[in-house]
Amino acid sequence: MFKWLRDYLYFLYRCVALSFSGQGVFYAWMTFLTALSLIGLNAYCKQLVDGLYLTGMNDHVSWGMYIANFTYLVGMAAAAVMLVIPVYIYKNDRLRDVVIFGELFAIAAIIMCLLFVIVDLGRPDRFWHLIPGIGKFNWPYSMLSWDVVVLNIYLLLNMHVAGYLLYMRYLGRKPNKFLYMPFVSVSIVWAISIHTVTAFLFAGLSGKAFWNSAILGPRFIASAFASGPAFIVLTLQVIDHFTAYKIKKTTLLALRRIIQVAMIISVFLMGNELFTEFYADSLHIASIQYLFFGLHGHNMLVPWIWTAVVFNIISLFILVLPMSRSLKYLNVACILCVVGIWIEKGIGLLIPGFIPTPLGEIVEYFPTVNEILICLGIWAFGFLIYTILLRVSIPILVGSLHIPLKYAQREFRKGV
Amino acid sequence: MPRMTNHDDQNLQEGLNSLGNEKMSRRDFLRRGSILATGMGALMAAMSPLRQLQGAFDPEEFVQKHYKEMTPEEMDKVLRRIERKVAERFDVKATVRDIKPMDGVEYVYALNLSKCNGSRKCVHACVNENNQSRSPEIQYITVLKMPQGTMDMDKGEILYDPPKVPEEGYYYMPVQCQQCANPPCVKVCPVHATWQEPDGITVIDYDWCIGCRYCEAACPYWARKFNFAEPRIPKERINPDMSYLSNRPRSKGVMEKCTYCLHRTREGRYPACLEACPTGARIFGNVLDPNSQISFVLRNKRTFVLKEEVGTIPRFFYYFDE
Ligand code: SF4
Repeated sequence: MFKWLRDYLYFLYRCVALSFSGQGVFYAWMTFLTALSLIGLNAYCKQLVDGLYLTGMNDHVSWGMYIANFTYLVGMAAAAVMLVIPVYIYKNDRLRDVVIFGELFAIAAIIMCLLFVIVDLGRPDRFWHLIPGIGKFNWPYSMLSWDVVVLNIYLLLNMHVAGYLLYMRYLGRKPNKFLYMPFVSVSIVWAISIHTVTAFLFAGLSGKAFWNSAILGPRFIASAFASGPAFIVLTLQVIDHFTAYKIKKTTLLALRRIIQVAMIISVFLMGNELFTEFYADSLHIASIQYLFFGLHGHNMLVPWIWTAVVFNIISLFILVLPMSRSLKYLNVACILCVVGIWIEKGIGLLIPGFIPTPLGEIVEYFPTVNEILICLGIWAFGFLIYTILLRVSIPILVGSLHIPLKYAQREFRKGV
Repeated sequence: MPRMTNHDDQNLQEGLNSLGNEKMSRRDFLRRGSILATGMGALMAAMSPLRQLQGAFDPEEFVQKHYKEMTPEEMDKVLRRIERKVAERFDVKATVRDIKPMDGVEYVYALNLSKCNGSRKCVHACVNENNQSRSPEIQYITVLKMPQGTMDMDKGEILYDPPKVPEEGYYYMPVQCQQCANPPCVKVCPVHATWQEPDGITVIDYDWCIGCRYCEAACPYWARKFNFAEPRIPKERINPDMSYLSNRPRSKGVMEKCTYCLHRTREGRYPACLEACPTGARIFGNVLDPNSQISFVLRNKRTFVLKEEVGTIPRFFYYFDE
């Protein structure tokens, strides 16, 4: 009667065992990530003791690196859907094999997002106030409470779909469509919604002209659907290099198509925003002016945003030209896209919203070392999770990790 | 289907055999043990700064309910606890009360820009009254030195410091919480830690705020201030007449703001900033009372509000003398 439970627990046990074993490179990589995570944790503990005072934030620029990374990572998580749609809806076979890597990446990205929200809180001990039912949840009015809900549901959706499919593969059984397709469909809508809600978080503030724009949502989505798959292109090649899992080039080229289109739309939308702001040239352009050209001698972000613009445009060029069919160029384009959008949709979107302040003061934001260490720690922890997820799922996918035959005779005989 | 290499298979077997398996060799066991020990050691070391937090955690405060959900008895217990804490922290005997709004009252402020001389007396009176942190400095009122001929706050100067005010060619515009009737900060708070009271004052439950600073980003008047560090106030500067929703000392990591001195105004006194103003530029009162001074000003002066276009509907008006 408890056979399924025994099988499942044994499965989990083997997964844990597996995540601690590997070759030298694997150990070195894991040790490196663990060390970085611990350094981040240490920095966070210091912040817990002394308060957010240890960051570069203040009453003028009250959100910084944490929320910038959060915003960016929500997009990365949502981007997994760009693999999901072609595979489950359009039955694209070239992407079928890798869609699970996208879903696993979404899991890691959401975990990073939630950590970035937590480290940003002044009173993380009161996190429970945010839990619907126990706390006091300002729903539906606060976009932040929406975000917490949709992010957690998205996390569960991906854990379910990826976990279920992997476990069925492990058991050598055919997955039951009814147990995952409904969740896949929901997760598609959900992916769009998490990033839209994150855009609303900013766009809904009438007091901040820089964010208060209807095209912010579409801009978020377009740039995420470029940078997310670009990131996945890069990780797939790492997987191909280090594991038994071989990635076909056609798969990467299918992703290239997606990045290409998303990138065109993203750059186009950015152009729209720039035109409206600068051509109209109203009092409201102070923030965007600060971002691109500096304001009254304050121009810390100027080199950053122009780097992002140049990266985006070069990346777009490479992507639309046939040369990006060669992996070498495709990789360059992907790296430029990932970095460019990280700047543009991270600090480039966040910080100017606070400059000048509502009363017209200009105070620039410099992250502190402690703050940067916390960010690095969270990224490292996210990569750690992603590595473990891959470490476990690849053997399942290639068939070297499956249920012991003595338990599985019947299912295997029925045919895998 | 991609092929599995021998190499990977070997790894896999090793992995599967290693944890808790009877086949695990002694050497393997020791190696894993030492990795685990190093890991735990590193984790402990990473978390060592937390030792300084010892005793900071207060289980009673942790489980405390939201202001609006506490029964009067529970509230009473909380108030006593806060008094004890103030005594511990500042060595001051304070009284903390929960003062409710009065019926039929809606507070409105008006400020005569022709009179204000930029002396910042209100700013300091406010800090003294409301137990704001002196280091780092938190102030609820920001006075802008504005060049004549503009209302654009970007042209204002905040850190002005001349030997004598007022200066020729400038006027001064104090800005504090505008107690909006449509407050963006209340709307965005994810946990309802801030809300508008029936008398129009937007308050914060400092024991409920999670410190996300979303409200600070939403406020178009830069009226909300955050405790980035543990607020420090010299013992002799503490105002011992405290209330739960206004001037009791805050902890680090929570938001605070002007409450129109509700612990004074709800008992019929004026806000501290008004009392301190040397020029009589400030007018405060109950707008629902047609005979109040504020009603007179609203009826007879050409008043305006700041940033009307963002739709906040402030309860704070400005005017110039004709
Ligand atoms: S900082 Fe506090 S009051 Fe402001 S939105 Fe966050 S929880 Fe609410």
